[in-house]
Formats: sequence, structure tokens, C-alpha cells
Amino acid sequence: MKQDRREFIKKAGWTFIGSGLYINLFSLGTSLANPSRSGIQHLYAFIVDTETCIGCGKCVAACRAENRVPPDNYRTWVERYTLLKGGGVEVDSPQGGEHGFQPLAFARADIQKSFFVPKLCNHCAKPNCVQVCPVGATYVSPEGFVLVDEKRCVGCSYCMQACPYSARFMNPVTHTADKCTWCYHRIRRGMTTACVEVCPAGARLFGRVDDPAGPVARLLKARRLQVLKPETGNEPMVFYVGLDKEVH
Amino acid sequence: MHEIVTSGFLFPNDVHAHWSVMIVLYPYITGLVAGAFIVSSLYHVFGVKEVKPVARFSLVAAFSFLLFACTPLLFHLGHPERAFNIIFTPKFTSAMSGFGYIYNVYLFIVLLEIWFVYRSEIIRRAREAQGPLKALYWCLALGSLNDNEEALKLDHKIINVLAAIGIPSACILHGYVGFLFGSLKSNPWWSSPLMPVIFLLSAIVSGISILIVCYWLVCRFSKLSLDAECLKAMFKYLWAFFILDVAMEGLELLTHIYEAHEEWLIVSMMLSQRLGFSYYILQMLVCSVLPLIVLGFVVLKNMQDSTRIRLGLGCAVLILIQVLAMRWNVIIGGQLFSKSLRGLTSYTPAILGREGLLVALALFLMPFVVMYVFNLILPLFEKEPETEKQ
Repeated sequence: MKQDRREFIKKAGWTFIGSGLYINLFSLGTSLANPSRSGIQHLYAFIVDTETCIGCGKCVAACRAENRVPPDNYRTWVERYTLLKGGGVEVDSPQGGEHGFQPLAFARADIQKSFFVPKLCNHCAKPNCVQVCPVGATYVSPEGFVLVDEKRCVGCSYCMQACPYSARFMNPVTHTADKCTWCYHRIRRGMTTACVEVCPAGARLFGRVDDPAGPVARLLKARRLQVLKPETGNEPMVFYVGLDKEVH
Repeated sequence: MHEIVTSGFLFPNDVHAHWSVMIVLYPYITGLVAGAFIVSSLYHVFGVKEVKPVARFSLVAAFSFLLFACTPLLFHLGHPERAFNIIFTPKFTSAMSGFGYIYNVYLFIVLLEIWFVYRSEIIRRAREAQGPLKALYWCLALGSLNDNEEALKLDHKIINVLAAIGIPSACILHGYVGFLFGSLKSNPWWSSPLMPVIFLLSAIVSGISILIVCYWLVCRFSKLSLDAECLKAMFKYLWAFFILDVAMEGLELLTHIYEAHEEWLIVSMMLSQRLGFSYYILQMLVCSVLPLIVLGFVVLKNMQDSTRIRLGLGCAVLILIQVLAMRWNVIIGGQLFSKSLRGLTSYTPAILGREGLLVALALFLMPFVVMYVFNLILPLFEKEPETEKQ
């Protein structure tokens, strides 16, 4: 009887240690790897032309209206950079640039250059946010859109901390993570994104990367483009024309 | 609602700190578990006999803190009702998803160890008690009233094995909490391989400190006499781990300063303009340098027991503040600068509300309530031998 008990405890102990180790090593191993992206193709890309943008803010307003973005939160916004001759850099984005910008407060002679940079979710090919979401609420669609399932999101904000671009916010209505979807609901119906549609300067372009006749594929081929914060290794799918080194 | 003070250019979604004081409290309470468990392991595994008076209490303390380690998260989550999805439908690429498993394995080990440590006591009470209490103790004994010498020997063996498993588990749990922050490459103030090591070491020192304070308080307000040798041993271990902890924190800062990456400019501005007091003065100077020196004297110099206890106790309190400040400076500090690397924001916790200071304080006090209730059922300290000594 005593022998039996000892044997049982021994076996139970080893099973416990074994299963504990297995779970720990398994979760650790998979945590280190990137999310498995089998079946996902990054078919779409977004191109922002900072040399064309006029900073009217129509894109921000259209996005808010289309996606019911709550006040003081932004799925997209526009930044204005002013590089001064003395070497200083001034950046502003009043209310995300939604209502345009006030004239610059500097004398024309003091300004080296000034330009606008629209920002939005980069729908990265290796998205940090998808990697860190503990419940898989942030995921990549088969076409390569990075989306949030608001019925699954627990609202832990880990993705917001992980996003190097601060493209995410906590939606005060749904209490879940929220961000630009590249207007997935419109794209599925064969339309384009709300911001692209209203841009009067053609500074925003969106389309398939495998459509040789499309503007995005052509620009990707013809122009030298940059991405934001390439050092993070997230491989953004939003490309910029004329990006300055001062832009983060 | 406190007004947010901003300066420079922030990305528009960076104005609010997403992680509140609740996320500061979570690693703080989790950390207290580690030290408490380490002390019990010192006795059970490494045979440090001096800490015997607190060995049993340390396990109960670890258990009590562990019970409430996750509650601050529930108060923070946008959808707390979905919290268990992290365990039931986890995504293993997330550092966060492993926590449920690691936490539960650890809780199971601690619970099992407590049961084996208290088994003979439970059996004795099950035999002596009357009425419903007898039933309670019988249930706690899981119906097994076998306490012959051989069974107790086996219990002792199992306790040793559990304590031994507990050490790597504790290291994984607390290193892991550091990994949650250290693995975020998007944040230059968090992203560091040293982060898990710092969290682990600060967890250990805060745990030993809270045990020292609790032991002193319990002895002062009950009829127990303080065991000076036990406290001396705890001061010794506290000093040793604190040296390592402060060294790692110092090295982390030094590396940032020396490497002077592009991001360091805004991080250093954040430290001086937003955390000048809590980081440089509180965490690095008053609550690090002072206890390091004083504890050195306490451990190395011959002095009266009462002086040693008083000085050591003061150091333990300072170290508890140091670790809390460290958690604050890491977690809140990491959110006070924008990822635009051009602007700073501010965070002042609310007093009331779901994520307010009052709730935080209540949550912090709950483990002590658990300890109190536990003490009503089973004694935290072995009273008899102590009173005999007097």
C-alpha cells in the first residue's frame, strides 16, 4: 500500500513536471516566433505622397464620418513639419489636422522647407500588434489587412503599446482596440478607402500590388519609396514618397 | 479628472497613458510573491535554518499575494468578462498569453506546498476540534488523517521537491513579467534584455522586505517574540539581492546614457521633466543608495539587536518604496513620451473610479485580509515554541 502511494506520487510528480515544462517551453518557443501567416498574402499597399499633400484634413474628416471614429481619437491624421534654416524642426497636428492648419508662425525667410505627412495604420507584413495580442483579436485577413475583432478583444491595450506608430486607440464606446482598417468594408465592395476618395490632391493612393495597370503597382515599380521606422522590422505596407529623415 | 500636461509634438493617440496605476500594481503584487517564496525555499531547499520562524508564514504570504496578483488587471481591462479567453483561447505568439498558465502552475505549487506544510497541524486540529470546525479541518485535510512518522517524512520530502520546483517557477513568473515589457521593441524605455532580470531581482527584494515588515508587525501586535537571528539572516539576503538589483538598474541606465540612441534624447527629457523626483531622487538616490549603505552596516557591523532590527526594518520599508517607484517609473514613464520622439505627456491617477488610487489601495490591502483570515483557521506562526522561549 505504502509502495503504491509512493509510486503514485512519483508518477504524478513527473507528469506534473513534464506537463509544466511542456507548456512553458511550448509557449516560450512560439512566443519568440512571428505569427504564422499561412494563407495570407499582402495583396494591397497604400502610398502617401508627402510632396503632394496640401494638409486640408479632408481625409481625417472623411475617415471619422465613414468609420464613426470617436472625438479625440484618430484612425488617420496629418502632421505638418517645418524645418527652419537655423536647424530647428517644428511639428504640429492640431486636432489631427482635421480642420486644416493655421498659417505658419515663422517668417518665410526663416523656413528651409515645410511639408505635410498623412499617417495611418501601416498594415505591416510582420505586425507587432498581431504578435502581442493575447487572444488573437487582432489578426491579418487573407488579403493582408490588419484588423481587430471587437467581439474578441479583451481591451488590454497591449497592442497599443506594441504599435511603433501609435496608430491604435482604445475606443471609448466599445472599450476595445480600434484603428484604421483601410476601409475593409468598402474594399470588399469594390470601392476605395474614404480618405483616398476625398483627397483633392491625389496624395493618397490605395490598390493591389499585383495589378500592373493600377497606380500603386506602377508607383511601387517606378519610384523610390520609404517606409516609417523600418528598423522595427515590421515591414509596413504604407509607402511614402519624399519622406524626410525628420519624420518618425 | 486631472488635466493632462503636454509639451512638444505628440502623435494624437499618444496623449493618454493607456496603462494606469493598476498596471503598476500588478507587477508590484506579483513581485511580492517571489520574495516570499524565495524565503521559504531558503529554508526548505537550501537549509537556511535561521529563517525557520518565517518559513511557513512566507508561503502563506506568497499565496495571499498570488491570489490578488491578477485582480488589478481585471480592473484595467476594457472587457474583464472576456479575461479568461486569455487562458481558454490563447494566442501563443503573445507574451501575455502565457501568463495564465505560468500563474496557475505557480499557484498550484504554492497551494500544494502550503497543504503539505500545514498537514500535521490540520490533522491535529481535525482531531481536537468539535462541531463544524471539525468538519472544516477534516475537509482541509482532504479526509486523510494519517500522520504517522513515515507519512510525515514523506510530506517533508514532497515539500522539499515542491520548494525546489518552486524556485525555477518563481524565476519564470517574475522574469516573465519583465519580459512582458522588455520585449516591446516599440518602446525604447522598456525594450531591454535586462528588464526580466531587473523585474526578477526587484521582485525578490520587495518580497523579502514585505516579509520583514509583516513579521515585525505581527510580533509587535501579538505575543510573539522577534527572532533576531531570523531577521539578521533576512537582512543579509535582502542586502545581497538588493546589491544585484541596484547594480542591474544602474547598468541599464548607464547603457542607455552611453549608447545615446536617437530615442534617448526624449527618454532622458521624460526622466528629468516628468520623473525627476520618483526616478532620480526616490528610486535611485534615497531608496537605493541609503538602504544599500545602511544594510551594509546592519549586516557587517556588530551592534545591538534592537538597533539592527530598527535600521534593517527602515531599510526594508525604503526598499518597498523603491520597488514601487521602479514599477511606476518603468510602466508610467514608458507612456509619458510619444512615439513621435518629440513630445511628452503626463499622467496623474484619479482618486476615485475603477482605476483610481482608492481601488488600488483596497486591492493592495486584500492579501493582508487573506492572511488575517488564514490565521483564524491556521496559525501563520508556530506560536507554542515561541511562547516557551519567553
